[in-house]
Amino acid sequence: MADMSLEKVKMPEQDPEVRIENFEEVALGYTEEMAIKESHRCLDCRNRPCVAGCPVNVQIPEFIKLISEGDFEGAYKKIKETNSLPAICGRVCPQESQCEKLCVRGRKGEPVAIGRLERFAADWYMENCDMNIQAADKNGKKVAVIGSGPAGLTCAGDLARKGYEVTIFEAFHVPGGVLMYGIPEFRLPKALVQKEIETVRRLGVNIMTNMVIGKVLSLEDLRDEGYEAVFIGSGAGLPNFMGIPGENLNGVYSANEFLTRINLMKAYKYPECDTPVCIDRNVAVVGGGNVAMDAARCAKRLGAENVYIVYRRSEAEMPARSEEIHHAREEGIIFRLLTNPVRIIGTEDGWVKAMECVEMELGEPDASGRRRPVARPGSEHLLEVGTVIIAIGQSPNPLIKSTTPGLETHEWGGIITEEDTGATSLEGVYAGGDAVTGAATVILAMGAGKKAAAAIDEYLSGKK
Amino acid sequence: MFRIARKEVLNPAVKLLEIEAPYVARKAEPGQFIMLRINEEGERIPLTIADFDRDKGTVTIIFQEVGKTTSMLGMLEEGDHLLDFAGPLGKASHLEGVRRAAVIGGGLGTAIAYPQAKKLHQLGAQVDVITGFRNESLILLEKELRQVASRLFITTDDGSNGNKGFVTDILKKLLEEGNRYDLVIAIGPLIMMKMVSQMTKPYGIKTIVSMNPVMVDGTGMCGGCRVTVGGNVKFACVDGPDFDGHEVDFDEAMRRQAMYRKQEKKSMEAHICRLGGAQNG
Ligand SMILES: Cc1cc2nc3c(=O)[nH]c(=O)nc-3n(C[C@H](O)[C@H](O)[C@H](O)COP(=O)(O)OP(=O)(O)OC[C@H]3O[C@@H](n4cnc5c(N)ncnc54)[C@H](O)[C@@H]3O)c2cc1C
Ligand SMILES: Cc1cc2nc3c(=O)[nH]c(=O)nc-3n(C[C@H](O)[C@H](O)[C@H](O)COP(=O)(O)OP(=O)(O)OC[C@H]3O[C@@H](n4cnc5c(N)ncnc54)[C@H](O)[C@@H]3O)c2cc1C
Ligand code: SF4
Ligand code: SF4
Ligand code: FES
Repeated sequence: MADMSLEKVKMPEQDPEVRIENFEEVALGYTEEMAIKESHRCLDCRNRPCVAGCPVNVQIPEFIKLISEGDFEGAYKKIKETNSLPAICGRVCPQESQCEKLCVRGRKGEPVAIGRLERFAADWYMENCDMNIQAADKNGKKVAVIGSGPAGLTCAGDLARKGYEVTIFEAFHVPGGVLMYGIPEFRLPKALVQKEIETVRRLGVNIMTNMVIGKVLSLEDLRDEGYEAVFIGSGAGLPNFMGIPGENLNGVYSANEFLTRINLMKAYKYPECDTPVCIDRNVAVVGGGNVAMDAARCAKRLGAENVYIVYRRSEAEMPARSEEIHHAREEGIIFRLLTNPVRIIGTEDGWVKAMECVEMELGEPDASGRRRPVARPGSEHLLEVGTVIIAIGQSPNPLIKSTTPGLETHEWGGIITEEDTGATSLEGVYAGGDAVTGAATVILAMGAGKKAAAAIDEYLSGKK
Repeated sequence: MFRIARKEVLNPAVKLLEIEAPYVARKAEPGQFIMLRINEEGERIPLTIADFDRDKGTVTIIFQEVGKTTSMLGMLEEGDHLLDFAGPLGKASHLEGVRRAAVIGGGLGTAIAYPQAKKLHQLGAQVDVITGFRNESLILLEKELRQVASRLFITTDDGSNGNKGFVTDILKKLLEEGNRYDLVIAIGPLIMMKMVSQMTKPYGIKTIVSMNPVMVDGTGMCGGCRVTVGGNVKFACVDGPDFDGHEVDFDEAMRRQAMYRKQEKKSMEAHICRLGGAQNG
């Protein structure tokens, strides 16, 4: 008999008072008992609406059933059939707009905690089972993958399983993409990401770091080195700025710079690690997505007293995961919604001292379907802050495009591909993830990597 | 891992390392740089490619010990390894078609300017090299520069080498004597690059300067290296580091650099800086 309680089994979390002093993971995960209890809330619906909401088709009712039977290893393997990075997706997927959105239990009360259960199965497996992965027999064909974010890792893993000799070329000194340099430790522990990457390595994938493709090797050079197909998963790393006065003042960071210093270069461990990051007691973060929440929560943990999220629409339009908005609120982040910066004001020696903002109202819906914010005349006011972090989005980095003749992109930088295959305008060259869509989600990037791997396999199987 | 094949001490504060990095050596061009990390805890720092040898697969860097990372780098010996060495980054300098050039290096900037002078020389240009140092003991690369320069001028601030003055004094004299150049390359402290750019502007001589703001990734991902050029914001690591000296907003660049130092000092009072270490627990 299903458990009909209206709420999800709560997941233990670090107390907000405690966690704003550390970078350890906020959400602690289910115990076996909690997972089994939550699994009983699933009705094992015959038409499985939840599955349609998952971009990689995780067999949700099946894996939850296995959990309810106590077969955690089986549950993990069931998830793994279609999702190569479950410990990561269980933590960072925006479940409320994907699988859990369509769960029938959500019509009255909370949906089944699909993400938490997925995370539980993955964590349990990592803790209790030996990763017994065997590299497949090689078929002698070489494929190059550019970028080691979720798109590249997924594509590489799928191809390696089919016997291709895959090399990932990564610009940074560690693989993982945004999973390493963007999403903070307290939301996605880096040791866990590296463990997932280790499983990809064991499939036989070779990862070369410090290789900035377009600079050290061009796509043509890769051809010359014998790579018969290329997958571009270079992400959307180029930070957007607002173009308002004062953006070059000292104390203005892009979220990318701020988060890279903290996550990838481990500035939170300064001076044990050498990269510093300096913030004022009062910090404004501009934007309303996951990136903005992460930057704000990092600033809080580094000791800032007042951290403001300045966002020009209302909470309903915020693209961040609802769980993270909730966490940010608990941690004392101050939300200045329907507020838009118009300029940043500096001290005489060029440091940020305040940000001038206007209040906004929501007008008619725009092309994206969201109501367009318009400034309310006469509502200018000052927010006294010494640090401003700009988190209004990223675009694809032009490096590869500018060094690859014939590779077609949209005006805003996204690589143009065929929807179903990821094929680009160049033969044998495929692309997917944020490099194609602009900043999106981990799971969509993985889905794109998967599709491209299938298409590359088809292309190379046909080629003699 | 990247092995140090050769080490040389050029002056008390400046060292040269030749690093085995075959992929970088294959593509390196004058004007480009690398980002390195010594160890797992280390900072990523940018250094210019001072020279390269495609056959041997090595890249040479020359650096001044100014802080923790460069001091640690200076302590490494031949046979030691660097953990990370990524490049070549940034745009290569466009030197083709230049017939007469003046290459100006201030202090350590001389090391950064040397590969450009060398390339110009190889391309058949006539190259006047002007370099300046604080005193005689700091003079760098004299032998190497002599091989590529049509004329070499070395000044010292204190006159200890018998030629007191600044590089701009020499340039002024050369210009007033009627020397004309298709291109001037100036690399050194911001104030020097600014003065040179001001001096060449009335003559309409194209002037290239090399900007070196603080960099984190070196691939266009963080925007920390932004400089204003011709009224537009540019990322020095991908759009540069070479820019048109007549277009660069030097005052902003200097403010950003000077502020950084002041910040370091006053951070303890007004700002919470991770200099004091984690306040966890
Ligand atoms: C702070 C932050 C928080 C986020 N939070 C969430 C979340 O909670 N949930 C969610 O679903 N999504 C989240 N996202 C979005 C998600 O992380 C991305 O959509 C996803 O990582 C995209 O994957 P990708 O593989 O396309 O690119 P990336 O993860 O960006 O990886 C691209 C990789 O390619 C490398 N690269 C780039 N250029 C080159 C080159 N020329 N040569 C070699 N290598 C190159 C990069 O260094 C990088 O490692 C967040 C993003 C950020 C920045
Ligand atoms: C494109 C470029 C090329 C360069 N080429 C050379 C070179 O060939 N030889 C050389 O000696 N120096 C070069 N520099 C400067 C060199 O990167 C810095 O001296 C070095 O990073 C200092 O690190 P540190 O830890 O020793 O000193 P720190 O104590 O960390 O800093 C000392 C000063 O160095 C500068 N600096 C610190 N970190 C960085 C950083 N990540 N990026 C840029 N500047 C920084 C700051 O102005 C700082 O005040 C170059 C810089 C750039 C941007
Ligand atoms: S991968 Fe993401 S969307 Fe799919 S079931 Fe798991 S948490 Fe839901
Ligand atoms: S929709 Fe909800 S209740 Fe139904 S099978 Fe999916 S998870 Fe279970
Ligand atoms: S160093 Fe990060 S964008 Fe230039």
